[in-house]
Amino acid sequence: MRYLPLTDTDRQAMLATIGASNIDDLFVDVPEVARLDGPIHGLPMHASEMAVERHMKALAAKNLVAGEVPFFLGAGAYRHHVPASVDTIIQRGEFLTAYTPYQPEIAQGTLQVLFEFQTQVARLYGCAVANASLYDGSTACWEAVAMATRVTRRKRAVLSGALHPHYAQVVKTMAHFTGDTIADALPAITAEPDLDGLIARIDADTACVVVQYPDILGRISDLTPVAEAAHAKGALLVVVNTEPVALGAIKSPGEMGADIVVGEGQSLGVGLQFGGPYLGLFAVRDPKHVRQMPGRLCGETTDAEGKRGFVLTLSTREQHIRREKATSNICTNSGLCALAFSVHMTLLGERGLRELAAENHRLACLAADRLAKVPGVEVLNTAFFNEFTLMLGGKPARQIVRDLADRGVLGGVSLGRLYPGVEALEHALLVAVTETTTEDDIERLACELEASIKETV
Amino acid sequence: MNAPNKSGWKPEMQVAEDGFLGGPATTTGNRALMLEEPLLFEIGRADVTGVDLPPVDPAAASRLGGLARSEAIGLVGLTEPETVRHYTRLSRQNYGIDLGFFPLGSCTMKHNPRLNEKMARLPGFADIHPLAPQNAVQGALEVISQLGEWLCKLTGMPAVAMSPKAGAHGELCGILAIRAAHEARGDAREVVLVPESAHGTNPATAAFANYRVEDIPATPEGRVDVAALKARLGPDVAAVMITNPNTCGLFEKDFREIADAVHAAGGYVYCDGANFNAIVGKVRPGDLGVDAMHINLHKTFSTPHGGGGPGSGPVVLSEALAPFAPLPFVRKDDAGGFYLVEEENREERGPSFGRMTAFHGQMGMFTRALTYILSHGADGLKQVAEDAVLNANYILRSMEDILHAPFGASGPCMHEALFGDKDFTNGLSTLDVAKGLIDEGYHPMTVYFPLVVHGAMLVEPTETESKAAIDQFITAFRGVVTRALAGDEALKAAPYYSPRRRLDETAAARKPKLAYEG
Repeated sequence: MRYLPLTDTDRQAMLATIGASNIDDLFVDVPEVARLDGPIHGLPMHASEMAVERHMKALAAKNLVAGEVPFFLGAGAYRHHVPASVDTIIQRGEFLTAYTPYQPEIAQGTLQVLFEFQTQVARLYGCAVANASLYDGSTACWEAVAMATRVTRRKRAVLSGALHPHYAQVVKTMAHFTGDTIADALPAITAEPDLDGLIARIDADTACVVVQYPDILGRISDLTPVAEAAHAKGALLVVVNTEPVALGAIKSPGEMGADIVVGEGQSLGVGLQFGGPYLGLFAVRDPKHVRQMPGRLCGETTDAEGKRGFVLTLSTREQHIRREKATSNICTNSGLCALAFSVHMTLLGERGLRELAAENHRLACLAADRLAKVPGVEVLNTAFFNEFTLMLGGKPARQIVRDLADRGVLGGVSLGRLYPGVEALEHALLVAVTETTTEDDIERLACELEASIKETV
Repeated sequence: MNAPNKSGWKPEMQVAEDGFLGGPATTTGNRALMLEEPLLFEIGRADVTGVDLPPVDPAAASRLGGLARSEAIGLVGLTEPETVRHYTRLSRQNYGIDLGFFPLGSCTMKHNPRLNEKMARLPGFADIHPLAPQNAVQGALEVISQLGEWLCKLTGMPAVAMSPKAGAHGELCGILAIRAAHEARGDAREVVLVPESAHGTNPATAAFANYRVEDIPATPEGRVDVAALKARLGPDVAAVMITNPNTCGLFEKDFREIADAVHAAGGYVYCDGANFNAIVGKVRPGDLGVDAMHINLHKTFSTPHGGGGPGSGPVVLSEALAPFAPLPFVRKDDAGGFYLVEEENREERGPSFGRMTAFHGQMGMFTRALTYILSHGADGLKQVAEDAVLNANYILRSMEDILHAPFGASGPCMHEALFGDKDFTNGLSTLDVAKGLIDEGYHPMTVYFPLVVHGAMLVEPTETESKAAIDQFITAFRGVVTRALAGDEALKAAPYYSPRRRLDETAAARKPKLAYEG
């Protein structure tokens, strides 16, 4: 037992100090019916480091690694290059193995990182204040809706049809139990998102309008009219972003009048990780909303000697103080993922983020132009950042995706998988391109897609 | 870096009340290896980057639909060496379990094996997309399945929901499953009972699921008042949420009796499994009548806390609640393969209450937890619980002659020993003991929780501390407590030797400054 330092001699000495004759004396309060005497049936005994490593590597080998094939998947999770120093820094034990910074005198490292992180996120989103992170983008999206219902004292949220369907499902699942009303729709499969249709659904009972930017089909458009329409009816505009790199190239949601901006921070520093852990980002444009925000906040203060320092603050909103009156039941953040995001953002800086965004967009434009030449394929979007939708001329996208995987290309996400049963989307393929995509990868996808389409009935 | 020093340091001799602190002031505010570090925004520059990328070509094709950013974002960058140094310096102002003993009660800070980190970083786990075709991610689905199987067997429960992203998210999952089960049988219930010693997340979770929360008192022995609980049961009570072992460090010995009464009244039993590390391999919660229980993988199975997260909170479910588990979940097919039941498999989703998060849960935590579990095996996990409980009782009995142990007579403690400050005089308090321990080189124990004890000090040693380490801690702890009992005024200004002295939390809350404004 390489992780257990007590020896049998230690154990005997400690039992003697306690005044117990054996270890089971310490479990005397466990009723007989619930005590386990022998090992649990069907579970193996302990194993060496080498044996465990062999087992885990065998499992890992059964997966097709994104970085080893031409790769075009997005839809809320993006493959970006993460500089080597990011992982080196997050593996420092003082960060990796620290606890929540409740004792600020010996947690200034984590706290200063969170303060810097909050500043980076707020600026990226064009907002006044960001929190110290939530679980992921989808849960942050629900928290934004819940916050909007508290702020407006209304119970109806209007979701754009082009919000990530998993995000919409999380919101609808929660709203079913809280009694809030969710008005959702299917995405209009048009070159431009149907903002007029969305605006028409805002009424005097609407707490918030939730719009994704860029949206699930990769489209981007100016959200200022939506913000104005929402505000005119006393509703808040919630903007969801699943690709923070995009904000290095396009206007921030705050600039367009968003009241709450939430998103997924996975693109910077975190990696794909089969869906988690990810990084929920949450910010508000108006500082007066700060006391209605969910999650942790780090604030600046001074210590007994007058030196600048940082503490977790405004905890009177939180569950450990307010119990059932808390703004959220969340009692954690994604501290280590926030660190990774912040380090990656620090390495990029203003200049690097803009260059990274430009490179993503350049390659995406190349890919869109090349894929548009594949017979039977049409690019839906007029405007996009690094992700766009291909219409496959009546061919089933799910089957094409599986076929492409068999050909050694992870070619995109079929919108049919995200919208089961919606016939109009069965023939749509969402393709994401990042700086990790090579021009050869694009050519390979174009060729295999052409072959696959030909052979698919 | 010629950064301005804005840390507020004043060039004057600093002498602590109780003696030598460190000689004359330095020009920089640094003290040899204790280095002050400016904020990123004070040292970074907008035109510096630590990543080599092609420069932006203003003539490049653009499909941004007229939305190109025109204003500066306001970010700053550092080169790689500056970045590494900035964060390394900050890291040295942190306490972590790698540095020393971290006796946080109910938070469970144990050694984080590095094999777990190595395995989680295998490209086969770290570099796979959540929406990859399922034939391309069979190994990942198998990890989820294997870990789920262990959690079911260790808890004696038939089903597990893997997707909740943290302990509190797991609580929400369990409570929503309970709500869905009641709804399915047309039985609208409005109340969730929560003992007053519960984690603050329990009532917050129940309220978030639109339940009315009612408190159940604790007995003078530190356990749930069974009579009061039974008296409150009725057709309006949907569930009872109980933490076991509880936050007083005690096993709820009447749990089975409580569960039977709750079930007889048509309710469900939610167990907060945050403290499962004390009983893993020794007790199966399923045998106690639990319907739903979350397991904090970071606590029991050693995934790192990371300065506050990410966590992971799979929930084990009884037969009654299993059909309501959230999407997605993993199933085995007849050919030995694995597949995800998501929205597209409508016929198989059953009465699932829906989706709690975009993807499949904290995969990176699953690989770490599975690695830890396989390393220990069934025999090792039992030893984990026994050593954790042994260490906690050793601390309880080694301190109770000088420090008030309110439930010391209630029997052995489980994973944590609980003390209170009622014997302190001269205005000293639990906070002063905690800050005094910092100067001794320890992270303080959990303080002022649970609320049922005045000036609570909750000490959890875990199984990864040696007897020598615990004896050293006891010596230090006794020393600080002795000073507190003697009314040593110097403790009121502790800590003296940490990177910062006592921080003004009131000022931080009164005028919140939550972002850099320079």
